[in-house]
Amino acid sequence: MNTAVSVPTDRLPLDVERIRADFPILSTKVHGKPLAYLDNGASSQRPRAVLDAERYYAEHLHANVHRGVHHLSQVATDAYEGAREKVRHFLNARSTKEIVFVRGTTEAINLVAQSFAVPNLKAGDEIIVSRLEHHANIVPWQLACERTGAKLVVAPISQAGELEIEAYAALFSARTRLVALSHVSNALGSVLPVRECIDIAHRHGVPVLIDGAQAVPHIPVDVQALGCDFYAFSGHKLYGPTGIGILYAREALLAAMPPWQGGGDMILSVSFEGTTYNELPFRFEAGTPNIAGAVGLGAAIDYVTSLGLPRIAAWEHELLLHATEELSAIDGLRIVGTAADKASLVSFVVDGVHPHDLGTILDQEGIAIRTGHHCAMPVMDFFGLPATARASFSFYNTRDEISRLAAAVVDACRLLR
Amino acid sequence: MEIRDLYRDVILDHNRNPRNFGVLAPPARRATGHNPLCGDRLEVYVTVADDRVTDLRFEGKGCAISVASASLMTEAVRGKSTAEVEALYTRVHALLTEQEAPTDPSLGKLAALSGVREFPARVKCASLCWHTLNAALASDATKPITTE
Repeated sequence: MNTAVSVPTDRLPLDVERIRADFPILSTKVHGKPLAYLDNGASSQRPRAVLDAERYYAEHLHANVHRGVHHLSQVATDAYEGAREKVRHFLNARSTKEIVFVRGTTEAINLVAQSFAVPNLKAGDEIIVSRLEHHANIVPWQLACERTGAKLVVAPISQAGELEIEAYAALFSARTRLVALSHVSNALGSVLPVRECIDIAHRHGVPVLIDGAQAVPHIPVDVQALGCDFYAFSGHKLYGPTGIGILYAREALLAAMPPWQGGGDMILSVSFEGTTYNELPFRFEAGTPNIAGAVGLGAAIDYVTSLGLPRIAAWEHELLLHATEELSAIDGLRIVGTAADKASLVSFVVDGVHPHDLGTILDQEGIAIRTGHHCAMPVMDFFGLPATARASFSFYNTRDEISRLAAAVVDACRLLR
Repeated sequence: MEIRDLYRDVILDHNRNPRNFGVLAPPARRATGHNPLCGDRLEVYVTVADDRVTDLRFEGKGCAISVASASLMTEAVRGKSTAEVEALYTRVHALLTEQEAPTDPSLGKLAALSGVREFPARVKCASLCWHTLNAALASDATKPITTE
């Protein structure tokens, strides 16, 4: 066999046209124009494999999980627990006990805030977050602080939108109880050096939560290699359904946390004298869960894994370079967030063109982008901007779509200036 | 539905060169409007004598629709009684939101905003200045106006 001519399939570039055919919504026309979906940072689209898995589950497997002895209850439980194992493998967690199904990143962070932070916080204690967090990684901690008298301490960022790592390291004190950081900034695209941040926190004996909502679609995540204590992400930004997300929590921490919601499935026995809680992770999954969502997320992980995150990252990086080049060439356009290590999104402002007008004008061309504060008002304040326009890319986007974006921005300038 | 239905020449002109842009010193009444969705902020200042709007100004940052709407509004309400302003706002609101309504000829240049009704996400941009003016006229400037 001549091995010299065979290229391993995991090194081949993605066949984007073939991939696009897997996503029914991508053939939609918007205002008579082909859809260019460049709002993947808000929510990604679902491939047919995910839609089929959800439908197959509903048509053939559905019953409540962990309940009945009948056939469907068992196959539904198998499907649900099978999805949990896929997530465990995807994150390289040690055990499925560490994988809690939740509604999304927001709920995962709230769970940790209420069930881990609040019982461990006293007045004067501190939680470190960064300046570029999404509101979902700010407000749950503020709620925990209100209840306990603890306070938030904010790690600064540079004009490029990078975490100031030395300033971050200097924030630690004997009062620091927790660190909560984005893996990737949703507003700027900056990839944070989370491994280094976690190491610094652990040297102070402080546990770390990583908000991975914007990271998992782009970067292979290994929670053991990172060493993080908590990792949260959402299914719908990973080509899965809405209403399903994951909290990874180190087993030793999760085992010591009180339940945060009570109900069915999270108990072993209930009497009016007292209740014995179920084992991990079920103790944190009160009530009937989003079973179809979990199944869909499992299928999404299979899909993404079959493409290969390194190949995905390579194509998305090419799109990022192309977008950066085309947009930078536009007179009066400024890219906000110029970190050296960036995920595939471009946040920008244009002289004389308000982002809201730009959003409407691009929409008329079939181009979907996000405009506004991106649920990250402290970042916008840092740059002195009320809003930006954000184009966020996926492996199914094309260079042509980015060229259409740039051309439409130029047209908007002509119209409004 | 074309993009120029929204961005008509009158709108583009008032966005580029907003009329009555600036401030009025007290005792002019004043109110702040805020659209959290797009971060727009608008200050409206209004002087009233004998129940009539004698002068008004606005300032702030916003999208073309909100700036042009505010600019057009300042031209349209000067000299009107507060009751006339209220009646005019009712007609403008109908213009912005009612799909089938024929354009009211008495609206004058404000009719240029009729394209907004085809873009429901932008109705709040066009109406923010009017809510803010109403608040200023009601002199309830203690609380900011928000479209959310």
